[in-house]
Amino acid sequence: MDLIDDPVPGANEPEFTVSEISGAIKRAIEGEFGHVRIRGELGRVSRPRSGHVYLDLKDDRSVMSAVIWKGVAARLQVQPEEGMEVVATGRVTTFPGQSKYQLVIEELKPAGLGALMAMLETRRKALAAEGLFDEARKRPLPFLPEVIGVITSPSGAVIRDILHRLRDRCPRKVLLWPVAVQGERCAPEVARAIAGFNALSPGGAMPRPDLLIVARGGGSIEDLWGFNEEAVVRAAAASDIPLISAVGHETDTTLIDFASDRRAPTPTAAAEMAVPVRLELLSWLDGQAGRIRQAVGQGVLLRGQRLRDVARALPRAETLVEGPSQRLDAWGERLPQALLRGVERRKLHLSDMTGALRGGTLRRHLAEDRRRLQERSVQLVPAFSRGVTNRRSSLEKLDGRLSLRSISVDLTTKREKLQRISAQFAKAARYRQQELRDRLSSLDRLRETLGYRETLKRGYAVVRDGGKVVTTAKSASKALELEIEFSDDKVVVSPASKPQPRKKPPAPPPPEQGDLF
Amino acid sequence: MTETPVTEMTFEQAMRELEHVVGQLERGDVPLDDSIRLYERGAELKKRCEVKLKEAEEKVAAITLDADGEPKGTTPVDGL
Repeated sequence: MDLIDDPVPGANEPEFTVSEISGAIKRAIEGEFGHVRIRGELGRVSRPRSGHVYLDLKDDRSVMSAVIWKGVAARLQVQPEEGMEVVATGRVTTFPGQSKYQLVIEELKPAGLGALMAMLETRRKALAAEGLFDEARKRPLPFLPEVIGVITSPSGAVIRDILHRLRDRCPRKVLLWPVAVQGERCAPEVARAIAGFNALSPGGAMPRPDLLIVARGGGSIEDLWGFNEEAVVRAAAASDIPLISAVGHETDTTLIDFASDRRAPTPTAAAEMAVPVRLELLSWLDGQAGRIRQAVGQGVLLRGQRLRDVARALPRAETLVEGPSQRLDAWGERLPQALLRGVERRKLHLSDMTGALRGGTLRRHLAEDRRRLQERSVQLVPAFSRGVTNRRSSLEKLDGRLSLRSISVDLTTKREKLQRISAQFAKAARYRQQELRDRLSSLDRLRETLGYRETLKRGYAVVRDGGKVVTTAKSASKALELEIEFSDDKVVVSPASKPQPRKKPPAPPPPEQGDLF
Repeated sequence: MTETPVTEMTFEQAMRELEHVVGQLERGDVPLDDSIRLYERGAELKKRCEVKLKEAEEKVAAITLDADGEPKGTTPVDGL
């Protein structure tokens, strides 16, 4: 037996029990990974009745078990689903009983595009609420900027596109401020460039631009993310120099677009917004100069024409006087003659008037008038008496025709006629009276014959009960007392016994019955 | 009319003023003396505009930054 064992390498190292080593691993892992953020995709998610959530976090090569305890699971804003891209925060623990380790999740947030967009929207709203995007803040772009500051990557297509388009339209001084256009350096550099351009003094060695273009080519939302950063948005909003943003493609919108004064869909479009076309301006200038020449030339031409027209229309001074002086001469010559003729005409008239006023003429007028008066007065008396005689003779004629004889003859004739007519009338009246009297007596005789009293003379009687004529034995038997009228008088009887219809005297017919004839 | 001397006007100012002058002249209701004065002013404005357009030479420079990111100078950029 060897006193010295063959040395076995490591045989003197302490031996761990399984539990010891498991405990050691647990301490090491939990100490090292007490707080981790892990990005990954959610694999299998199981939810047993206990309320805890067991799930797998994975990427393309590895898988890690994870658990969300019941209390934490209840607080989650978004519940885990398989396939969801998440960022999980928690601690790693081991599970010695099964030689396993797992992540105990304390916070779980969705990652990826949707999460970014949600964040972007929140940020946009916050900045908008501050008024950074207000329309009132937008400044007009200068018509023809002297110096254009371009903030973009010094290499790449963007700066080339901008310079080409500027060259085509209207070459300008361009100051390029090179920046990183993606990655974590992007946002601070862009913000600093905007502020830096604003800090330059106009006309210095580095002239201050009067227009800024912030440009970047297309890319993923993550690539463009720098232009969503608050520092960039604030710098753009604060810029005193008008700023055009041209980030990404037309469909990409980053927050700097809201804060800029104009948003261009592409870097080339930004260059078009920045400057007018020089050739167009030059031709416009020529046009303006032409219009000025034309207008002035036209003005002079028009004035010259008007001057000539007016000069032609202006009469010579002599012609203004000639006419009137000639008329003066004519009237001057006629004046003495006219005077003489006027005097003569009046003299003639005067002599006419005085001629009629001589004494002989007046006396002749007087004698004539007197003679006519005498003639009239001589005729006056015979005319009057002739009038009286005429009226008297016509009165006499009328008086002769007026006599009483004809009236008295008429009166006699009419009196005789009256007597004759009254005699005839008396005779006719007497005759008529007699005739009517005869007729009356014959009618009275007839009446006597027709009345019931004549019937009574022949043996009939009228039976009455209290004034009413009784015509039947039946009504007679009911009566207490019967009055019987004969031709000479009336007798009252009482039907004491039951009357025998046979013995009853025949009822007289009613007096008015006509068939007794 | 603005008080700015023509030689200090920006292109845009000169342009607006030139349009104004042309409009006045074309209306034809300016007295002759004034129209001559306007003509001269128009010529001056046009010259100003031309100068501003012709001095439009392309000059591209990139800003160089120091270690702190502050601009310290420019370098000409060619070949873009």
